[in-house]
Amino acid sequence: MIIKNLTVRFGAFTAVDDVTLEIPDGAIVGLVGESGSGKSTLARAVSGLVPYTGVVEGVDPSRVQMVFQDPLTSLDPRMTIGASVAEGLRLPRAARQAEVERLLTLVSLPVALAERYPRELSGGQRQRVAIARALGVRPALLIADEITSALDVSVQGAVLNLIRSLREEIGLSMLFISHNLAVVRYVSDVVAVMHRGRLVEAGPTEEVVKAPSDAYTRSLLDAVPRLARS
Amino acid sequence: MRHLLRTPAGIAGTLLVALMVILAIAGPLIWGAEAERIDSAVILQGASAAHPLGTDNLGRDILARVLVAGRLSLTLAMIATLIGATAGVILGALPSVLPRRGARLVTGTVNALVAFPGLLLAMFTAVIAGLGARGAVLGIGAAIAPGFARLTQTLAASVAGADYVAVARMLGVSRWRVMTRHVLPNIAEPLILQLTQVLGGALLALAGMSFLGLGVQPPSFDWGRLLFDGFGRIYATPAVALGPAAAIALAGIGFNLLGDVLARAASRRATPTDAAAGRAVPEVGELGEPDPDAVLEVRDLTVTFPGGVTPVRGLSLTIAPGEIVGLVGESGSGKSLTAAAIGGLVPYPGEVSAGRLRMCGADVRELPEDECRKLLGTSLAMVFQDPMAALNPALKVGGQLAEVATVHQGASRAEAFARAVDRLEHVRIPEPAARARQHPHELSGGMRQRAVIAMGLMGAPRLIIADEPTTALDVTVQREILRLLREVTDETGAATLFISHDIAVIGELCHRVVVMYAGRVVEELPVGELASGAAHPYTRALVASLPDMETDRSLPLASIPGRQPSPAEVPGGCAFADRCELASAKCAELPPLIPYRAGHRVACWEAK
Repeated sequence: MIIKNLTVRFGAFTAVDDVTLEIPDGAIVGLVGESGSGKSTLARAVSGLVPYTGVVEGVDPSRVQMVFQDPLTSLDPRMTIGASVAEGLRLPRAARQAEVERLLTLVSLPVALAERYPRELSGGQRQRVAIARALGVRPALLIADEITSALDVSVQGAVLNLIRSLREEIGLSMLFISHNLAVVRYVSDVVAVMHRGRLVEAGPTEEVVKAPSDAYTRSLLDAVPRLARS
Repeated sequence: MRHLLRTPAGIAGTLLVALMVILAIAGPLIWGAEAERIDSAVILQGASAAHPLGTDNLGRDILARVLVAGRLSLTLAMIATLIGATAGVILGALPSVLPRRGARLVTGTVNALVAFPGLLLAMFTAVIAGLGARGAVLGIGAAIAPGFARLTQTLAASVAGADYVAVARMLGVSRWRVMTRHVLPNIAEPLILQLTQVLGGALLALAGMSFLGLGVQPPSFDWGRLLFDGFGRIYATPAVALGPAAAIALAGIGFNLLGDVLARAASRRATPTDAAAGRAVPEVGELGEPDPDAVLEVRDLTVTFPGGVTPVRGLSLTIAPGEIVGLVGESGSGKSLTAAAIGGLVPYPGEVSAGRLRMCGADVRELPEDECRKLLGTSLAMVFQDPMAALNPALKVGGQLAEVATVHQGASRAEAFARAVDRLEHVRIPEPAARARQHPHELSGGMRQRAVIAMGLMGAPRLIIADEPTTALDVTVQREILRLLREVTDETGAATLFISHDIAVIGELCHRVVVMYAGRVVEELPVGELASGAAHPYTRALVASLPDMETDRSLPLASIPGRQPSPAEVPGGCAFADRCELASAKCAELPPLIPYRAGHRVACWEAK
């Protein structure tokens, strides 16, 4: 799919300014930028949550799904995990149970969790539930908006591994948004950098990370905290 | 139910409402005949032994009539409330379900109705619907509806902004289903609470309508009608009017008190009450002599909350001048409460105990209160994750900084302000004099954090505690703040305790790293050994699970199975054992924090 000349304005403020970005089939495109760079607004526009001008080609808007930063607020506290995951399924009642079990297994969660409530799960488990729910409608594009930012490092790895295995197993196309360059570098095939609403650089991950062409990308890379490994 | 009977208001409200309900059920059965009995011998009498509240113009006993009228008054109030609440909830929910134009129309109508005085609306409706009980009930119902609609709308709007509603919409769930499955169940509680209070209001309003002659008509009677009948005689025989008036007042007060108490109980988060249960006993070890060089020396620090919740368990920590110590741990490890305990900021009902809590050469618990405050005010600088929490949004930045100097150092206002500007310049805020005259919201996040650091520099800080100071900031700003913290530490020779969940940030800034897990220190090591010399399996797993710019992308990332035990359920032995690959039978016993190498201590039986 391709996003062409997409612009989002809130009154006089231009949040996303003429962004053109291709998301190849089965690829993970990482989108980095600092707060206010417009990356989340771009995601919301592509998923149809905010109005925009421009074109999104090659994907049916109803088949775009989004996973949010905080899994606790993106799951209804009064619904069981099973009911949340089943909500978007367009299946006869009898087939739902089996599909919920398939989805939970797909995100490496025990099937027994279906009876639990969100508060009984750990942060990483909740985020995997949110991903399972989005996968239920067999999305053509999954948008992950800072999905590991609210998680502890020790469980972040499991979610990132899941993202990569989903691409390999079911060929999922994904727009992976994060402010954390190291995380984006780890999961993405292509990295796109946004700054003040504009797309300043996009290219294959290793190229962007090793030889950035834009000055802002360089300053972002320089600022990443590094643990001196010997 | 217990919290209802804990406060005087709760007890009074519950009793009054219970009394009213009993009266409504039993009153007419007991006193029904008495209230209707006409006795021409005692027409229009005042209070007497036979008729404590006097009699009316047909010689009927007013006390009996008041007791009997309760049923009609309460029933009508209840019907009016139900009508109003149902109409209100429907009106309030409609905007979330209707298409945009329809939603605007409904919202506009509700807004107009809210602006209209309630009693006027009620009278207007009552006159149209016809004089009598039915008209009055419909009228009060109409008057209640707009308020309810507004409340529903506001509550629904807050839930509609929740991520799970956005998700449901993306999944293609219909608006109607979103309303009934997601929105209404999540706002039901406040709406039901509102009902109790509105019921009290409806009771009063109905009495008012009857009193004005717009409500219940003879031969029926409610409290308002009795008040209306008795009002003409209030100067001659006051008891005949005061009886129904008191009944109305008591019922109104009862329902309002009950509603208040219920609402307060619902808004308060449940706190465990069993204070005695499972309080952790601080481990008392050999304290030894205090370290004369240390700026901060903490021994066996324990923070407990009622209900056996112990987020910090026997933590010890020493920081020398000019040293930056990083305290790293995941959410729930107790690292922020450690900082709060050192700064004397543990929120009620938390309790802090320690074998030793020395700061700048004195044990802060032994100092008189004013000296302690002065020590903390001038020698301790605290920087938090959210600079807006440390800055008062209503005051100008310069004034807030100057306050430190006027309160603790006795500087004049002009001197203090000049120093504030100087300090702002010192943390490299451009145009410091102009910035000092601005409010916190006019500054960017990074600038605010600088201002908080500048506030710490107003005195001569000897200890800086920074709790996740860069977590809310962008990486480029984070880098500048980290640099600033290092410069400030070098220049003032202060000891710095830097708390973060981000082991990479800790690795960049700190000299020494203290790793916390489930309230205890599991490892303490020089920063150089963090990446490849860590001995505790938890530290090693933390380092391994952190992706950085060199991580091999072809391999899966390390992650730790399971979760950290919550502060209430930390096991007796090693808390990490059930997530640990090396765990053995020995780990059922708590491993002590013992020297491993020079400047390196670890609490693990398996560390070799």
